[in-house]
Amino acid sequence: MALQSLDIKRRSATTTPVPGARATLEVVKLIDVSKCIGCKACQVACMEWNDLRDAIGENRGVYDNPADLSDQSWTVMRFAEVEPAPGRLEWLIRKDGCMHCADPGCLKSCPAPGAIVQYSNGIVDFHQEACVGCGYCVIGCPFNIPRLSPKDGKAYKCTLCSDRVAVGLEPACAKICPTGAILFGSKEDMLHHAAGRVVDLKERGYGQAGVYNPPGVDGTHVMYVLHHADRPELYQGLPKDPGISPLVALWKEIAKTLMNIGLGAAVVGGIVHYLTQGPNEVTEEEEETS
Amino acid sequence: MSKHALIQRHSASERLNHWLVAFAFILAGLSGLGFFHPGFYWLTNLFGGGTWARILHPFFGAGLALFFFIWVGREWKDNRITPEDWQWAKHMGDIMQNKMDNLPPIGKYNLGQKLLTRTMFTAIVLLLASGILIWQPWFAPEFSIELRRIGVVVHAFAAFVVLVCFIVHVYAAYWTRGAIRSMTRGTVTAAWARHHCAGWYKKIAG
Repeated sequence: MALQSLDIKRRSATTTPVPGARATLEVVKLIDVSKCIGCKACQVACMEWNDLRDAIGENRGVYDNPADLSDQSWTVMRFAEVEPAPGRLEWLIRKDGCMHCADPGCLKSCPAPGAIVQYSNGIVDFHQEACVGCGYCVIGCPFNIPRLSPKDGKAYKCTLCSDRVAVGLEPACAKICPTGAILFGSKEDMLHHAAGRVVDLKERGYGQAGVYNPPGVDGTHVMYVLHHADRPELYQGLPKDPGISPLVALWKEIAKTLMNIGLGAAVVGGIVHYLTQGPNEVTEEEEETS
Repeated sequence: MSKHALIQRHSASERLNHWLVAFAFILAGLSGLGFFHPGFYWLTNLFGGGTWARILHPFFGAGLALFFFIWVGREWKDNRITPEDWQWAKHMGDIMQNKMDNLPPIGKYNLGQKLLTRTMFTAIVLLLASGILIWQPWFAPEFSIELRRIGVVVHAFAAFVVLVCFIVHVYAAYWTRGAIRSMTRGTVTAAWARHHCAGWYKKIAG
């Protein structure tokens, strides 16, 4: 167990019960997009705390920097210039990163025992020392978050600062955010706070404001307050109704169970056939009459 | 023909080809099963752990595809399905009970073997194509995540089919006494040839 103080709820590719004697409080990071000013202090804090240094990229003429998530960039600000209504320009800035799904597609897809764990507090964590670099987590994730390192072939993503949370600290991005757009606390408190923010936004003319906590993945442990919760795709393609792909469910749940039964049946069938019928031999007589 | 005369069934190069396929198949199978279901994950230890199994598996698979396609190419002429094969298939119940009398004179391979070749060929083509879609780190990043999702489903399904074929093939070889020797030393007795493939025997013995 990487973190002795955090209990495990789910463990990748594991068919026996996971260690879970203790109960930890379910936590949530609440990102209030309506309060974000796009300063990228969260990106810097993430680099600092996790000792990450991405390569210096190219100026692409937009504010997004770096251009995408990577093994060295576990969170990026995604800037979107949109017109939600004609003549009304809005600059929407969303801090992208792992959503820490309650039903994590990465964990479901992972074939390496213990490479992905979900703590009972809701954090989904990658343990790179058990990762084999197959990229199945990338295939399983509904949010396109995990990235394989070109250097070591292992998958990386936001840990929700599980190491900090384990000792009672808030994630680095939440600690540094100068506007209070990133809050961290118990799921209950965060939902309560978010509900208040939604009321406030609605009063200020954002009739469709709401909390992004998609039920398709049984909710997430990173939630957004959005001014346009009815159109999450405005925020650089935040999926409207994310869920684990039916293909992944077919692959991991139904098919493999049936296939293991099928393989077992083929072996048993052979043994039974041999024991009841015996070998197909050429008899002595036949050999003699050659 | 003299008593206990031996007939050449598989040439040395055929046998070498067959065992290259078998060797690649076993390596690809053992290294892949760990990713098929966690119950088989311990098999990755045979290759030095999960990461090594992941690195090696696609190369074993590519080798399997190469040798198998060569095999199918050289054996294809004996794998065409003939009217006798369908007659033979009507005796399936008898054959399963080792009652081999009154069978139509079939060629070098029986219908079961011919169908197995076709099924394995289709499955290995699918495994190769879907395997390329998910081959990290060389090819997978070139394909969309949705395409890779289709890739893993097809790969798992085709792997299942090919494993069932393997079990059937290995069992049939064990059940049919003399078959394993035909693929190791290359020869069968004349009686064996008449017993299993009378048509082929006639052609060879004249």
